[in-house]
Amino acid sequence: MIKLTNVSKEYPKRGYALRDVSFHLKKGQFAFFTGHSGSGKTTTMRLVHMAEKPTQGEVRVTGYSSESVTERGLWQVRRRVGYVFQDFRLLPGRTALENVAFVLEVTGTPRKAIVPIAQRLLAQVGLAPKAGAFVNELSGGEQQRVSIARALANDPFVLLADEPTGNLDERATRGILDLFWDINAKGMAVLMATHDLELIKRYPHARVFELDQGRLVYDSAPD
Amino acid sequence: MYALREALAAFRRAPVLTGLSSAMVGLALYVVGLFGLATYNLRLALTSVEERVEIAVYLRDDARQSEIDLALTELAGIPEVRSVSFISKRDALERARADLPDFGELWGDLEVNPLPQSLEVELRPGSRDPEVVERVSQAAAAYAFVEDVRYGQDWVDKLFTLRRIGAATTAVLGSAFAVVAALIIGTALRIAIFARRDEIYVMRLVGAKGSFIRRPFLVEGAIAGLLGGLLAWALTYATYRGVYTYLFEVAWLPGEWIGLGLLAGGFFGAMSSALAIRRHLREV
Repeated sequence: MIKLTNVSKEYPKRGYALRDVSFHLKKGQFAFFTGHSGSGKTTTMRLVHMAEKPTQGEVRVTGYSSESVTERGLWQVRRRVGYVFQDFRLLPGRTALENVAFVLEVTGTPRKAIVPIAQRLLAQVGLAPKAGAFVNELSGGEQQRVSIARALANDPFVLLADEPTGNLDERATRGILDLFWDINAKGMAVLMATHDLELIKRYPHARVFELDQGRLVYDSAPD
Repeated sequence: MYALREALAAFRRAPVLTGLSSAMVGLALYVVGLFGLATYNLRLALTSVEERVEIAVYLRDDARQSEIDLALTELAGIPEVRSVSFISKRDALERARADLPDFGELWGDLEVNPLPQSLEVELRPGSRDPEVVERVSQAAAAYAFVEDVRYGQDWVDKLFTLRRIGAATTAVLGSAFAVVAALIIGTALRIAIFARRDEIYVMRLVGAKGSFIRRPFLVEGAIAGLLGGLLAWALTYATYRGVYTYLFEVAWLPGEWIGLGLLAGGFFGAMSSALAIRRHLREV
């Protein structure tokens, strides 16, 4: 499903962000990516999302290879991979419902179906009562839930979450993690980057990858 | 439909920014409009002067009517010639009496009509340059019964030079103004696109097609360009009225120029937007 084979990523000024990383995330798995700041977590996420190409090696996502993916393939991959950010990246000036509906609209969902689907997604993340609230009227945890609902809009097979709890308090963090587990229980893989080891310890069944200076130094469940 | 809806929504969401974009486009096109107004009036002035370019072919008194008829037909058959008129000695005298009434007594005292019969050759518009005038004059002078051919060579040469200077100035300044307008329009729309970078980012993030992302911006650019064009038209018209009322008489631009200007505004807007969004999509 997601397979990295000997992947390295080098930036012209920063040098290597990733070195010779290989792993295979299977369907429905829940995995944490951990490591210090600058260890390569975000780079890995971006490579899986095909926002960047590796300098060496190959990234395979749902049948598409980083070596041969076309423009059309890129948007196919991105529709199949949900992405959640630490800073939410919601559209200001729009309501929670409009933020989710926007994604459905720009990816070609029939017009009549957009609002019912957006409402269902907001209900799934526990935000149905706040569908009409503007982004700036929501708490951090609520904003992240909207961002998760948005990431689920295209019914992806994997959810990538890059430090999704980094800006949240303890209670909101727990709520978001529980939500991820619920989503995962329905068969969707979750790949979450976090530097919070205490958080990881609370979920012993999850697979854990650890990165250090761009190298994969630990995999709790290698093939 | 989505593109139009989103473009209109963008105007609604950020009216100040999009209004400013249109205003910048309008001011850029206003400069082009003023230039167009000046060019058009210069062209009118030159055309009215050009219409006076005429070849007078003076005939000997003993020219036979059959020879004159043949010359009339042959000269009228030259493609650049619009018409050839025969002016008899009597017509010439009548004209002289009408044009120069101060010499009234002199005309009355004449026992013999001293004025020659002639052919007046009028050229088609666009064919009144020295080369054509010279060629037609030579063709007329070739007839044995032709006494003299006059067309004011120096005057035609100067007029032609003036017209060439006008055309070159129009081309160079017009292109420069158009480029400046395009740059200003592009910058204005880039600002508008930059303000919506979050939306573009989200669209890229969730796998919206490039063409789908571009379309609303193209429509928005075209609308901003058209609105700017309308503003430019209003400003140019106000300037025209001011000049006409307080300074001197000028002609207003023809409808097709205005239509073309508005279309150019829309086109410039869409193209500038296309370039800006293309560049922006490469960056996100």
